[in-house]
Amino acid sequence: MLKQIEGSHAMAEGIALCRPEVICAYPITPQTHIVERLGEMVRTGELKNCEFINVESEFTALSVAIGASAAGARAYTATASQGLLFMAEAVYNAAGLGLPVVMTIGNRAIGAPINIWNDHSDAMSMSDAGWMQLFAETNQEAVDLHIQAFRLAEELSMPTMVCVDGFILTHAVERVDVPEQAEVDDYLPAYEPVQVLDPNDPISIGAMVGPDAFTEVRFLQHYKQTLALRLISEFAGEFKKQFGRDSGGLLRTYKIDDAEVLVVAMGSVNGTIKDTIDEMRADGIRIGLVTLVAFRPFPVEALRKVLVGPKHVVVIEKSLAVGMGGQLALHVDLALRNVAGAPQVHSVVAGLGGRPITRPSLHRLFRRALVQPWEGTHFLDLNEEVIAKELHYVRKVRRSGPTAENLLRRLRTGAQKPAAD
Amino acid sequence: MTNGTTSAAIQKLHFYQKGTFTVGNRLVSEADRSVQASIDRSNALTCGHRACQGCGEALGARYALDAALRAAGGNLIAVNATGCLEVFTTPYPETSWQIPWIHSLFGNAAAVATGVAAAMRVKGRPEIRVVAQGGDGGTTDIGFGCLSGMFERNDDVLYICYDNEAYMNTGVQRSSATPPAARTATTPAVGPQPGNVFGTGKSVPKIAVAHGIPFVATATVADLHDLERKVVKAMGIHGARYLHIHVPCPLGWGSASQDTIRLAQLAVECGMFPVFEAEHGVVTGRRKIRRRVPVEDYLKPQRRFAHLFTTEEGRKCISQLQAMADRNIAEYRLFDWEGDVE
Ligand SMILES: Cc1ncc(C[n+]2csc(CCOP(=O)(O)OP(=O)(O)O)c2C)c(N)n1
Ligand code: SF4
Ligand SMILES: [Mg+2]
Repeated sequence: MLKQIEGSHAMAEGIALCRPEVICAYPITPQTHIVERLGEMVRTGELKNCEFINVESEFTALSVAIGASAAGARAYTATASQGLLFMAEAVYNAAGLGLPVVMTIGNRAIGAPINIWNDHSDAMSMSDAGWMQLFAETNQEAVDLHIQAFRLAEELSMPTMVCVDGFILTHAVERVDVPEQAEVDDYLPAYEPVQVLDPNDPISIGAMVGPDAFTEVRFLQHYKQTLALRLISEFAGEFKKQFGRDSGGLLRTYKIDDAEVLVVAMGSVNGTIKDTIDEMRADGIRIGLVTLVAFRPFPVEALRKVLVGPKHVVVIEKSLAVGMGGQLALHVDLALRNVAGAPQVHSVVAGLGGRPITRPSLHRLFRRALVQPWEGTHFLDLNEEVIAKELHYVRKVRRSGPTAENLLRRLRTGAQKPAAD
Repeated sequence: MTNGTTSAAIQKLHFYQKGTFTVGNRLVSEADRSVQASIDRSNALTCGHRACQGCGEALGARYALDAALRAAGGNLIAVNATGCLEVFTTPYPETSWQIPWIHSLFGNAAAVATGVAAAMRVKGRPEIRVVAQGGDGGTTDIGFGCLSGMFERNDDVLYICYDNEAYMNTGVQRSSATPPAARTATTPAVGPQPGNVFGTGKSVPKIAVAHGIPFVATATVADLHDLERKVVKAMGIHGARYLHIHVPCPLGWGSASQDTIRLAQLAVECGMFPVFEAEHGVVTGRRKIRRRVPVEDYLKPQRRFAHLFTTEEGRKCISQLQAMADRNIAEYRLFDWEGDVE
């Protein structure tokens, strides 16, 4: 049914259609509205046969989901940012135990400095934990990806994160087609675990594994992710058949056929990039876009296929591996490893901590890729003046104080040196 | 569980030793006999595990889980925190667990158990009961947040803490259950205040009582009948329940393997480990001390306290520990003084 609805509520309704049996809730912005709405649906009986548990931390949220999933229940939770880090140990554990928990990440920056706004640092920090990670571009896709995520997770017995941009998606009210229960039931079979805690057939789960088998256990986890590469496309195809919409898959392309510059990005920023591309194409610039939906498994082959041809690839990402640069760019480099005639890859870090990524900035950036391509990592819209002042000050003063606070004072007052030092 | 033949074969005797730690199965009424006395005993935790000789934790776990399993009519799932019990029972491909068992992490056993219990409710299998278990480190320290959350929500889980008073699995480090003055790898017996620091630590049984949950009890491997009784009682109740079992560890305490039961007994008899139970926030029962002994008798056979017996400072520590034991005895009214009416 078509609805004008807040993203979080649309996702909650989509998740409820998947008939989760145990939902663990712990508040953290910008994910909270999702579990709030789910809690309401359980209370009112809109979502039946579901245990909604208010827990005391994210570590517990995922741990409860682990127990529920191991005991055969379809388990869901949501978190973001600090919350994802707080549950880190359980994130790896759920994957290692092969439990198909589905978790929404309302993507948000990681502190310090504490920041509630959107970027992808949280999801990226857990990208190697053994979960599948799917990034939504729109709220429609966010709803659809959850439905696909349960199917994928349970088919492969592998937990899955659906990553949705905090505020930009979670808090945006827009038109979403929320599917009907019968359609979702047709698409998503009941959870039939491959391993389950049951007194009728007692098994031990979670034993210690030594050097004799640990590599093989990990290899199989990795191998399953390669299987996921096929299943993600397959299930997206079936989704289209069932619901009549293109949603999910490994990646999508936009105007790439004749492109001499290709942009690669994940999440909601793809909308702005497409608008920019349309405008630039009107000016005769041959530019196209590759939207990555799956970050785990990382679709190396699929990406290579679309990236070979143009001269330049600009990777825009909302995360930074401090001391290294763009993480997604590094992944794109991998996709082009040992490829003859591979394009040059230009890395851009943008939108950290919620900084808007605007069309004018993207125009400048993409033009620059053509006339003045850069090496290393470019920080979009970096306030170079304030950086220069701070660096100058730090060089002079040993006890220069906390960087974040210094920068804020400079921005407010324009002062050469922080007011109180 | 006892069938006709076995019950007929067991003589019914009544002896004056009833109520001591040493009473054998023959001496108590049939109903009070240990689960372990039955030929039908379940062996939830069966032989072949890798615990040290004389491990109190292995003993406590077997009695506790067999009693729980019997009380649940065989419908039991166990969740285990990381620690000795987890490691020595599952040297895979071997496992000592004959019941469905899961180990997730060190600090989340209570939460995982909450999830299992929720799954059983939603799956329409409420007859399946859930036990979570961990060492003192996994319970009173790193798992404390999860434990308190499980208590506070009154989740339908029996949590059992096997308290051997240190992080044994990692080589005997101090936990918040380590008694003052005890030597551990991180509270060495050197310097002016050797061993664990006085004035630190906490009583998680007491904190559990403060949560107002339906049932809290302490128990010891010195009195396995009492332990089993408490497990059975706990299993008869729904909601959050906590059982804190004192389990001597020969390796960590530096005691002889054959002294495990004796030490567990001395810990109770000197007042260092109060055995009591509480319902809904109110203490409802205590195990009275029958033959009171000085703490010295308990400390002496343990190398972790050996340094207390060689210096004047150590002597002072012993009197401080005696004072702690006395406070326990007074607080829980563990000993009948003359004039103590009860
Ligand atoms: C998060 C985390 N921190 C530390 C450890 C290391 N560790 C494993 S078992 C253990 C000690 C367990 O002590 P306790 O809970 O008292 O159980 P015991 O071995 O004494 O029975 C420690 C510190 C771990 N596995 N996970
Ligand atoms: S170290 Fe202690 S708790 Fe661990 S197995 Fe040995 S005796 Fe038991
Ligand atoms: Mg311990």
